[in-house]
Amino acid sequence: MLEPFAYDFFVRGFVVAGLVGALCGLMGIYVVLRRMSYIGHGLSHAMLGGAVVSYVMAFNFYLGAGLWGFLSALLINATVQRRRMLGADAVIGVITTASFAVGVALISRYRTFTRNFEAALLGEILGIQPQDLLAVAVMTVLAAVFVFFCYRRLLFVTFDPEVAGYYGVPVQWLDSLFALALAGTIVVSMQVIGVTMLVAALVIPAATARLLTDSFHRLALLSVGIGALSGVAGVYISYYLDISSGANVVLVTTGAFALAYAWSALRHRLAAIQGLRALD
Amino acid sequence: MLHPFPHEPRGETPLVEFRGVTCGYGGTTALVDVSVSIWEGEFVGLLGPSGAGKTTFLRAILGAVEIYRGQVLVEGRPHDRGRAPAGYVPQVETVDWNFPVTVEQVVLMGFAGRGWLPWASKEERERARAVMERLGIAHLAGRHIRALSGGQQQRAFLARALVSSPRLLLLDEPTAGVDIKTRDDILHLLHELNHDGTTIVLTTHEINAVAAHLPRVICINQRVVADGPPAQVFTPEVMSRTYGAPMTVVHHEGLVLVAERPHRYYEEHLARSRASEGDGDA
Repeated sequence: MLEPFAYDFFVRGFVVAGLVGALCGLMGIYVVLRRMSYIGHGLSHAMLGGAVVSYVMAFNFYLGAGLWGFLSALLINATVQRRRMLGADAVIGVITTASFAVGVALISRYRTFTRNFEAALLGEILGIQPQDLLAVAVMTVLAAVFVFFCYRRLLFVTFDPEVAGYYGVPVQWLDSLFALALAGTIVVSMQVIGVTMLVAALVIPAATARLLTDSFHRLALLSVGIGALSGVAGVYISYYLDISSGANVVLVTTGAFALAYAWSALRHRLAAIQGLRALD
Repeated sequence: MLHPFPHEPRGETPLVEFRGVTCGYGGTTALVDVSVSIWEGEFVGLLGPSGAGKTTFLRAILGAVEIYRGQVLVEGRPHDRGRAPAGYVPQVETVDWNFPVTVEQVVLMGFAGRGWLPWASKEERERARAVMERLGIAHLAGRHIRALSGGQQQRAFLARALVSSPRLLLLDEPTAGVDIKTRDDILHLLHELNHDGTTIVLTTHEINAVAAHLPRVICINQRVVADGPPAQVFTPEVMSRTYGAPMTVVHHEGLVLVAERPHRYYEEHLARSRASEGDGDA
């Protein structure tokens, strides 16, 4: 059972999958409850453009892609607010796919990169280097600190952003900080789980937790727990099945969602039966 | 009637003052040249058709609209968004009832602008508990907001507004969509809060059931049409100017009742009158 832990690359992958799962589970709470799943999907694609541009310009990958994602998020917010006739989904579609296209165009133009962009697209958990692990760990700590100190404000802003402003919550500041934290989360997770599957890590743990509880506090803990456990379980199982670790993490998380869905349906059915019995 | 007489205004300066305010959103005006003073201890109802600017009036007090001309003063000073000493209760239609929060979590949001720890302090919890007990919802503290009745939901949001002991309470259609008994309960509760010193401004579409029982009513249709006690304000002329349709005002056993005149009936009646006048002339 402990055989895979004899390999350094596996230990790094195991740890990083747990951290990315917890980090995406944490940020995913707000992404799901604010119905922003599409922005998570779009930003992860947009950042590929930023990642490629930072390589072409010999700029730090994390800084370049993170800044690119943050600016994309701000641009989406600004465009949605100024041109309300365009829905947020249309604006996200325009900005993020254009950004993704920049990345693809640059990859096809400059074919000699030291960085493997397949990893960014599909993920490479077991090929993670110590510096990538460090980046994920630092981002996890920063996101945890952000959520810890802004927890009550974030809850109000997520529940009702307009009214939160009337109660003295600095909504625009929080939105900008959240966009920054989300951009950071996506950029460090990109190398691990891949652009194409990142949105699953962001959305599924929180959606699963939502099926299990009606309390925000419990939902927050459950989402982080489900994300972390699915991450480590996915990597561990993938070692024995010899399949892509990133894909397996997503499959394990989806399995957790299916179980929660079945449990939720069963609970509703039992409640209905109990209600009918009470009437008799 | 809950309030047969208006309260005597307290203080030297109004708690809220609109000085020739024209305001709106994105260049579109919602209120035009509004001048109104609301004094500490008053209980004011804003009446008008949909799109008349009632909610904008509340949002102007909260500093959440664009002011194109004039000034809104709170406690004699221009203010910023989120700084008004006001508790705000939104229309329940705007609430996401599937959001995973319990009643207590909603009530504690009233303190969200303070402190940096993720949990509420002991004092905050005690205050929230005291307000919930006063509003009769303490036993529902752990329940999800969707699992409440309309009146209980309204009380939960009222409790959120009250935990910080605001001097001014702003309510956007607090009796919309609730049954007669719940409406009566909410009005009595607001009446008690007002008598304890809280200044209240609410918007309503219910002329007879709500506005007629308030000490002061402001009729709005982008501009202030009339301002005063219902007995003075509810006249056919004011109602017609406010709603853009003829309305009948009936005085019955000290009550003022406003009846909407169905257009067809009115037109038929007008036609019959003209016809009979024509016959007379002939």
